Amino acid sequence: MSTTQGLMDPRIAEIPTKHPMVLNMGPQHPSTHGVLRVILELDGEIVTKAEPVIGYLHTGIEKNMEAKTYSQAITMTDRIDYLAPLSNNLGYCLAVEKLIGIEVPKRAQYIRVLLTELTRIASHLVWLGTHAIDLGAMSVFLYTFREREEILKILEYLSGQRMMTSYFRVGGLALEPAPGWMDRVRRVVDALPGHIDEYENLLTENRIWIGRTKGVGILSPADAIAMGVSGPMLRGSGVAYDVRKAFPYSSYDEFEFNVPTQTGGDCYARYLVRVAEIRESLRIVRQATEKVPADGPFRAVAPGIIPPSREEMKTSIEGLIYHFKIFTEGFAPPRGEVYQAIESPRGELGVFVASDGSPHPWRVHFRAPSFVNLQSLPKLCVGRLIADVVACIGTTDIVLGEVDR
Amino acid sequence: MESQEQDKNPVVHSLRQWDRGAVAEVIEFRGETTVVVPRQHLLAACQFLASEPSLGFTFLSDIAVTDQFPLEPRFEVNYHLLCVERRDRIRLKVKLASNDAVLNSVTPVWPGANWNERENYDLFGIQFEGHPDLKRILMPDEWEGHPLRKDYPVEGYR
Repeated sequence: MSTTQGLMDPRIAEIPTKHPMVLNMGPQHPSTHGVLRVILELDGEIVTKAEPVIGYLHTGIEKNMEAKTYSQAITMTDRIDYLAPLSNNLGYCLAVEKLIGIEVPKRAQYIRVLLTELTRIASHLVWLGTHAIDLGAMSVFLYTFREREEILKILEYLSGQRMMTSYFRVGGLALEPAPGWMDRVRRVVDALPGHIDEYENLLTENRIWIGRTKGVGILSPADAIAMGVSGPMLRGSGVAYDVRKAFPYSSYDEFEFNVPTQTGGDCYARYLVRVAEIRESLRIVRQATEKVPADGPFRAVAPGIIPPSREEMKTSIEGLIYHFKIFTEGFAPPRGEVYQAIESPRGELGVFVASDGSPHPWRVHFRAPSFVNLQSLPKLCVGRLIADVVACIGTTDIVLGEVDR
Repeated sequence: MESQEQDKNPVVHSLRQWDRGAVAEVIEFRGETTVVVPRQHLLAACQFLASEPSLGFTFLSDIAVTDQFPLEPRFEVNYHLLCVERRDRIRLKVKLASNDAVLNSVTPVWPGANWNERENYDLFGIQFEGHPDLKRILMPDEWEGHPLRKDYPVEGYR
């Protein structure tokens, strides 16, 4: 009797019978693609609250760039989104070019388009492979990394580096492309469509794949815009916003391509959008291989800002002086601020550069698409099963280097 | 007086029509329009730009802060707004003094501003009033100082 009375104690009755379980996911969880930590509150297997915790990879890139010259800072942009270094190079170079007010020769613009599209394909291949492995499809990963390696070989052939290329420089490219590079590009571009069919055969109609992704992590178009989500995630929710079409840069308006969209807004829709984007990127690369002239200038002419050619540096005194000054002091853009957006594989990559008229950038800020997109993760996974969190993180396509910078 | 001439940009024109006090200065540079907005007008101006159907700046691209140390007003907060339908951008700029770096949060207008504001609180020490959860985001919670300020050394204090 006394025990029942004890149980009826009003103080005990106040204790809620159902406690949410708090589960810490990451920062070393394999499916978080780096060092993302998510604090989950669970009711049974249902996620009731999800809070992403970031900053584990913060290296102060923006602060470091202020201590470099405008050209030196390019090497840091590679390390922000390490799966698409050329997109970062391009965003930063375009911003500085806008600040100075120089036009890049058409040949360099086309080569930039070609290479950033190859980068987009490589980045989407990594995404597809890792996303599939998260959901239990091992073989896709092996295939996509095989094809990605072929693209990285092209980048290595051009710049000497597989990943940290720094191939785009203010005013154009770092080097004249090595002879025969176009044949390598063509070989890869000709082989890829068959490979993409191969992945689609494995996944698109696969019942397990559809079961794990369809209807999972739904993001409505209104929510997507309110949260600032961009890129394939936004287009998977049915909003056809692509910076390449809306604000064309680097002669994108001369290329023919579609902006694939899906209306589902779920993980499956985002998968379909990205696969369709690989095919559209291939179309652009193919057009670019026709457009790029075999020879011509690969750098703008702007004495004192863009380094002179080797030939000029060795034969003229002005060339030598400019060469020396650019590589010791850097160049000084006028005072002002610019914001340049490009479509990186993950969405709108914005680069904000403020100049105080000195050879060091006063402030460089990256609007990192992964950072903004990750913010919508709670919207995707609250109310879903804990296993769906993995699918949601996967289709958000984050690169933690870019999230934390 | 000179304002009528400056308003070549229809967005600036509508903003001035709506509230004269909301536009302190208009800067045109490299084809980008910057509107300097007094601090007390920021939230209302953002609400107007986002909700007015003919403008439709429903997408907040970015918030970028610059530190003008040792000049005053020290901080400049730049809001990059985007209208997806009309393919238009505009930048709002708010200037803050170093001893009073407090600003209204724009999270009621764009929920996505949440992390951007936390980032700028973390790295510059700007207080956003009305923010649902203003805490550090990139640096550890117990960190002292705001690393992106110009008086913070690149190599840190240790």
